[in-house]
Amino acid sequence: MAATPDSVPAAKKGGFRVWLNKRLPVDEFVESQLTGYYAPKNFNIWYFFGALSLMVFVLQIVSGIFLTMHYKPSEAEAFNSVEYIMREVEWGWLIRYMHSTGASFFFIVIYLHMFRAMMYGSYRGPRELLWIFGMVIYLALMAEAFMGYVLPWGNMSYWGAQVIVNLFGTIPVIGPGLVEWIRGDYGIADSTLNRFFALHVIAVPFAIALLIALHLVALRQTGSNNPDGIEIKAKIGADGKPIDGIPFHPYYTVKDLVGVGVFLLFFCGVIFFVPTFGGLFLEKPNFEPANALSTPAHIAPVWYFTAYYAMLRAVPDQQMGALLMLCSLVVFFFLPWLDRSPVKSIRYKGILSKIFLTLFVISFIGLSYLGLMPAEPIYVVFTRIFTVLYFAFFLLMPWYTSVEKCKPAPERVTYHA
Amino acid sequence: MSDAVTSSTEDVDVSRRKFLTAATAATGAIGVAFVATPFIASWKPSERARAMGAPTEIDLSKMEPGQMVVASWRKQPIYVVRRTPEMVAALAAVDSKLKDPKSAESAQPEYARNDARALKPEFLVVYATCTHLGCLPKEHFKPGDALLGTDWPGGFFCPCHGSKFDMAGRVFAGSPASINLGIPPHAFETETLLVIGVDPAATVQGAA
Ligand code: HEM
Ligand code: FES
Repeated sequence: MAATPDSVPAAKKGGFRVWLNKRLPVDEFVESQLTGYYAPKNFNIWYFFGALSLMVFVLQIVSGIFLTMHYKPSEAEAFNSVEYIMREVEWGWLIRYMHSTGASFFFIVIYLHMFRAMMYGSYRGPRELLWIFGMVIYLALMAEAFMGYVLPWGNMSYWGAQVIVNLFGTIPVIGPGLVEWIRGDYGIADSTLNRFFALHVIAVPFAIALLIALHLVALRQTGSNNPDGIEIKAKIGADGKPIDGIPFHPYYTVKDLVGVGVFLLFFCGVIFFVPTFGGLFLEKPNFEPANALSTPAHIAPVWYFTAYYAMLRAVPDQQMGALLMLCSLVVFFFLPWLDRSPVKSIRYKGILSKIFLTLFVISFIGLSYLGLMPAEPIYVVFTRIFTVLYFAFFLLMPWYTSVEKCKPAPERVTYHA
Repeated sequence: MSDAVTSSTEDVDVSRRKFLTAATAATGAIGVAFVATPFIASWKPSERARAMGAPTEIDLSKMEPGQMVVASWRKQPIYVVRRTPEMVAALAAVDSKLKDPKSAESAQPEYARNDARALKPEFLVVYATCTHLGCLPKEHFKPGDALLGTDWPGGFFCPCHGSKFDMAGRVFAGSPASINLGIPPHAFETETLLVIGVDPAATVQGAA
């Protein structure tokens, strides 16, 4: 059948692009999400870390897939298969170090990303859900990192799993049965390793990918906050776009690329020169195979969990310790409602908010350090002090944000061209 | 037939529709619960794991007084200590420093809920897993041990978070652990053969 006279020019005029867009809304998507999406023009260095988190996530997925091609998830073979990757698989060491270093960098980037939100009040309305999705991602990431750490089946993998899984045993009534169900055996065993592998490589990453999508959709809905903590949508120009906004693409895509470059510089530096980071990124006892009959002299999780671990240890009762640890995480979810300040950004908040945020940072870092140390009495005293300061930041927030004297937030974003 | 189609928009019985929707949803939810059961149950210890939980035998004839051996039952390490008469005699002296001296809150078979927490005071058989979060407490049997100070009466010390236990596995006050080390079911098949994983009545010991 010959084409009808008027259909031929139409196809020629638009070409492939028109053909494609009739079937898949590519241009519409780019317009609504990138070139037509306006972000505040006063972003600073703290706004790199969302894009960087996304990049590290992709990096973990890719390096993880390649590790899976050589790794064997069984009690008998796991440890040796990791040694095999390190010594005999071509470039295997690089892929493994990318993945293990990537895990630590993921947390560095996420902690900075979260701290940014705490500084600029990004968790406050209308971004409460965005913050909550973020927190759920953080919890999922902790589960992902924990199960990943079990996979090499070194002695710290084994005992770390033992300690963390037993935390569930502190739940009244169902605890002991629950622990047995999680392990699939009477102790940490082959069955535990095998199921953690399944969760680590597919279930949790899939959930995280979904949560990231929700996080970004929620971000698109409210628009980004900014270092001044004011809504750019309140000042709309004649073109219907925020006066203080600039298109995400090309302005921020290009800016984020610079961030990626700097990030990779640090990242490669660690991979090539200090992949274990002095036992912080990969702990020494994990270079010995799992041994059910020998606890490492000193058990500590990887650095990104040690703040919570320190709190767990500071309480002379295991149920209370576990409960305190749970609270220290759950309390983040309530930030949007704890903050009563008339302004969002720390730039315009009063002196009390600044003091409490500083104390919070000091206690988080202090707790992280103490969690790495042995449980000696002097450390326990400091841990308790920092724990109190940590919770004071949250629980006193309704008080100090409402009594302090704030500066007025500006009408327009502050910006130096 | 065509009549029913044209009139259907006018006389919709909304409450009937709501009921049917709810009933269908409820049936679906029950179905989901049924389908979820096998998946959730698949995480329980398998037949093989359960079969591997058979009792373990330990020959005690070569143990010196004051010595400890590590046995294993159901993938759990178990400490067997042959206590000296002095160790047993010293137990009562620390009662006041313990969280649960009479083992009222702790887990042990009835026949081991006594002052020495044992079938025979000479032999202590305890789960080697710390009741805090499951590390292995280490043996520090010597009183006045260098690490634990001059007033240390001898017992176990958990390196993970610093729980301390006495020579009967009873937890000292101030430890993060709240209850005493657990005691597995065990029995003496003969004078020198310990079986872990069975109760005394189930063996010839029941007669003795
Ligand atoms: C896989 C992990 C994550 C990814 C890929 C991710 C990605 C992003 C991206 C691309 C942005 C926009 C760029 C930026 O503002 O830097 C963003 C914004 C934001 N994220 Fe995340 N994020 C993650 C985890 C988290 C976590 C754990 C939290 C906090 C609990 C969080 C809270 C926020 C908030 C409040 C904003 C808005 C910030 C503002 O507008 O000032 N995110 N996220
Ligand atoms: S596991 Fe023994 S003190 Fe925590």
